[in-house]
Amino acid sequence: MKKNSFEISKGVDWTLVLVYVILVITGIASIFASTYRDENILNGFLSLTTDYSRQSLYFLLSAILAVFILLTDSKFYTATANIFYVFGIILLILVFPFHTDVKGTKSIIRFSSFQLQPAELCKIFVNLALAKYLSSRDIALSKLKTMFIAGSLVLIPAILTIMQSETGLALVYFSFFLVMYREGLPSAFLSIAFSLAVLVVLTLLIDQNILAVGLTLLAGFVLFLFKRQISKRKSLFFVVFAIWAFSVGVQRFAVPYFFNHVLKPYQVQRIYSTVGKDFQVDTKTISEEDLKKVKEKKKAGNYNVKQSKIAIGSGGFFGKGLLKGTQTRYDFVPEQRTDFIFCTIGEGFGFMGSLLLLALYLFMIFRVIRIAERQRSSFSRCYAYGVASVLFFHVFINIGMTIGIVPVIGIPLPFMSYGGTAQITFTVLLFILIRLDADRQMILR
Amino acid sequence: MPAINQSRQNVIRLIIGISFAILIIRLLFLQLASSKYDLLAIDNAVSKKVIFPERGIVFDRRGKAILQNTQTYDLMILPTQLLGLDTLGICRILKIDMAEFKGRLISAIIKNGRYRPSIFESSLSIETFVQLQENIYRFEPGFFLQERPIRSYPYKAAAQVLGYVGEVDSTILKRTNYFYQIGDYMGLSGLERFYEPILMGQRGVRYQLKDNKNRIVGPYEQGRFDSIAIAGRNLRTYMDIDLQLLAERLLANKLGAIVAIEPKTGGILALASGPTFDPNQLTGHQRRNNFSWLLRDTARPLFNRAIKGQYPPGSTIKPIQALIALDEGVITPDFGFNCRGVYLGCRRPISCEEKFAGHAANLRLALAHSCNSYFSHIYRLALDNPRERNTVNGYLRWKRYMNSFGLGVKLGIDLPSEDRGYIPDTSFYNRTYNKSWSSCTNVFLGIGQGEMQVTPLQMANLMSIIANKGYYYTPHFVKSIDDAHVSDTILNRYKIRHSVTNIPDTIYNIVQMAMQDVVESGTARGARIEGIAIAGKTGTAENYGIIYGKREKLANHSWFVCFAPRVNPKIAVAVVVENAGFGATWAGPMASLIVEKYLKDTLSQARWTEVERIENKEIILPIVKAKRKALDSLRLKRIKKEQLKLQAFIPLSPFENKIPQGIILAFHLNALKPEHEEEFI
Repeated sequence: MKKNSFEISKGVDWTLVLVYVILVITGIASIFASTYRDENILNGFLSLTTDYSRQSLYFLLSAILAVFILLTDSKFYTATANIFYVFGIILLILVFPFHTDVKGTKSIIRFSSFQLQPAELCKIFVNLALAKYLSSRDIALSKLKTMFIAGSLVLIPAILTIMQSETGLALVYFSFFLVMYREGLPSAFLSIAFSLAVLVVLTLLIDQNILAVGLTLLAGFVLFLFKRQISKRKSLFFVVFAIWAFSVGVQRFAVPYFFNHVLKPYQVQRIYSTVGKDFQVDTKTISEEDLKKVKEKKKAGNYNVKQSKIAIGSGGFFGKGLLKGTQTRYDFVPEQRTDFIFCTIGEGFGFMGSLLLLALYLFMIFRVIRIAERQRSSFSRCYAYGVASVLFFHVFINIGMTIGIVPVIGIPLPFMSYGGTAQITFTVLLFILIRLDADRQMILR
Repeated sequence: MPAINQSRQNVIRLIIGISFAILIIRLLFLQLASSKYDLLAIDNAVSKKVIFPERGIVFDRRGKAILQNTQTYDLMILPTQLLGLDTLGICRILKIDMAEFKGRLISAIIKNGRYRPSIFESSLSIETFVQLQENIYRFEPGFFLQERPIRSYPYKAAAQVLGYVGEVDSTILKRTNYFYQIGDYMGLSGLERFYEPILMGQRGVRYQLKDNKNRIVGPYEQGRFDSIAIAGRNLRTYMDIDLQLLAERLLANKLGAIVAIEPKTGGILALASGPTFDPNQLTGHQRRNNFSWLLRDTARPLFNRAIKGQYPPGSTIKPIQALIALDEGVITPDFGFNCRGVYLGCRRPISCEEKFAGHAANLRLALAHSCNSYFSHIYRLALDNPRERNTVNGYLRWKRYMNSFGLGVKLGIDLPSEDRGYIPDTSFYNRTYNKSWSSCTNVFLGIGQGEMQVTPLQMANLMSIIANKGYYYTPHFVKSIDDAHVSDTILNRYKIRHSVTNIPDTIYNIVQMAMQDVVESGTARGARIEGIAIAGKTGTAENYGIIYGKREKLANHSWFVCFAPRVNPKIAVAVVVENAGFGATWAGPMASLIVEKYLKDTLSQARWTEVERIENKEIILPIVKAKRKALDSLRLKRIKKEQLKLQAFIPLSPFENKIPQGIILAFHLNALKPEHEEEFI
């Protein structure tokens, strides 16, 4: 290595790059498998009218962008993180007057033939800003003020995204919770969040009254178990009582209220569909139009998941082979080039293929965490955890949705799903990390 | 740098690891644990199209096709292509209103979806087809005509023999273990049913890939699993279609049956049941409607009296009684009985038609004069045979004889649902007479009355046995199957020779001579034919019916059984005409015409006049006639109602000026629409 010449390859984590390339190519192959219709392949690639050729073009653009990122200085990101954040928020706000309606979403700006989805892009900026904030001096996530600022950084774009009818993309911002946890958010948050999640799932699964009785019995059992401690410290009794009251309140009032008044009926239906139940629509509070929408969405949602499960389930152990999947080849699975791209793998390459792909993603996420932990600067570490969290959230929700264990939330599978914005977003997200990692000996502020 | 948070990286790793494990476990269940999704995927994407071969043709003994295939047309609808079409025009041609049109469209969409064609109207009548064919260009591609083979009966004869095909129902589906599918057609009666596996041929299957909108996109696996349809094989029968037509003509306006068998082979030359119907009624678009009218007819035209009609045989049983007595050795041909017009051997006197002395001096005379006393006596002799020690054993032995002659058992003809007739078991008498009964109790069996019931087919078979002097082949229609292979075992049982008695030919000759005497000089002189020695036996069977809950004696059944010529017999015939009186009056002349037609291959002008005379004579019980008349008037009323409904349509028709009045009338007659549309695949 020459000392005087600047090398972009210096310190770059090539393993990560290799995994990235494999995933993108697998993605293009999957899009090819589900959209190829016996046309001339060369023509198909050159004409740029087919989905797989476009995805290849996006890959090329992403690669160029990646090279540019590798050529920049790491300090650039710490310096501009806040500016980018503001830019991102402005972009999100600009969507409201300038959006084009595409398939019910209000999140897309269109310039001639080019579409931009700021909600997707904003993830990078939020990640940068959060890393910047968490790495600054004199902050501690145990303090309320820090918690509030960090929370706001994440929630502002999330709320803006929800307002654009992109609940799925908004939910991604909650994955930054993991970053905060790593940086010192009290553990209690994790247990409370986990308990709440369990409580909500139970509310969905079990009849209200039975659950209330069950919770009461549980509280009684706890009181009985800690009889001695409670007789020593009376306040413990009130703690248990408060937790019990809160839980029952959540399951009896908060969740029904949330479902009936905050979420849109079709979203509730999707959640119920996942646990295999029918959402009992309160016909008094719901408008005619909404009722129709619920029915429509329910039908479509159930159909999507059913077809997706059939496609993946019929793959068996080794799959049917590339281009041999009857379900994905003949459009039985809707949105199979975008959100349901995993079906192509599941059907074409079976359990082995799916396992390999999951292993690849898991390897990538663990690699990112490993990279995070070897950073000297906490900015880089926070950023890396952000990347890992976003990737994890996307992969888990997307694949979970195709196999029916997560409600249908329209978010793409990183690096694989068809779509320019998503492709570029994930590439930039990853390559900023690789750039930062290349300078892991520096301390960035 | 908050070092205290170092351990948290492992918590995060754990969360991620568990989440991925959940995904993998779920995938394991989805992809490996159940084959449900495999089947669902195939169900989704592969359409199995069954290709039906043409059914086999049935030929008569001279190679004339008596049951074949012809084309009919269905009007198909493709719901997605309807936009901008003149649907009102279609309604006018089919003479339906818009509500009906919408109803059919909806049911078509429900059945096959929007993207696949469904039957809009099946088996178009010729008039509708002609109109549609001229104008179909106006309705394409939303409507098109599709050809479909149906069965046709060119001679309009042998309806009950040939049978018909129909849609399979759920019981058949279950019984055949889902070999058939809903919408399939199979033989439901007659030869169509019995030879279904041969006539149906081998179905072909074509697997095709379809896309998410059920459109066919190409062959599945390059047609690796496909099989081609193999046409059904033809049947060559013994039937003489001219003889069959004559038999049906003779039975016109009567209830009864005629069976003619070739004794040497057991091949059935003709098997008619009256009243009959045109089997073409049970094909095409009026099938269901016609069937229901046939089903409601009091005279039961769908009922095959030749194999299912059960009658007391009357005197026609006497030759067999003689044979049993001879075989048992209780009499010799010289045995005589002194009859003076009444048999007094039992408590109840049995009258005899003949009164002069010596009319039963020996077997030949007794049979020729049909002496009731003689046959009552020899019946009792057979039952009270000292060798059998008691009457019960004697009766059992007698019953075994009857069974081996084919009475009281199913013969095994190649038609479904043959009836066995009835020869009572000893248990019947034990029950009825509290175990104290003798040969006198059922002495009427000796003269073919009492509890005994036979079918016309069984009687014709008895004639075969006498003609063959002691053996028979099971009566059957099919001589051979085209392109037969070893696996066709269906005809094997018709090649078995059944030997019935051990009586020497000389004694058979005496019985045969006696039966010739019956025709030459006995009770059946009206059946005589110049130049042909017919051996026959008349029968006049008393019978009872239940009318409005009351058991009443009805007019006697007229029986005649015969074979001819006496030497080297070529045909054995059994004729029964219900409630027609003496055997010699109607059954005799009818059998004689059948014999003459078959042996001479033609009838003289005088004989054709005779045929006409018989054909025009109506012999139906008044009560049956009255009920039929009521049904006919109901049907007429229905047709008139439909007619009125149609007249409302006619002024709307764009073809008003083009349709000749005759066609409109023809349409009216066919106007009773089936309730449900039929689907053919």
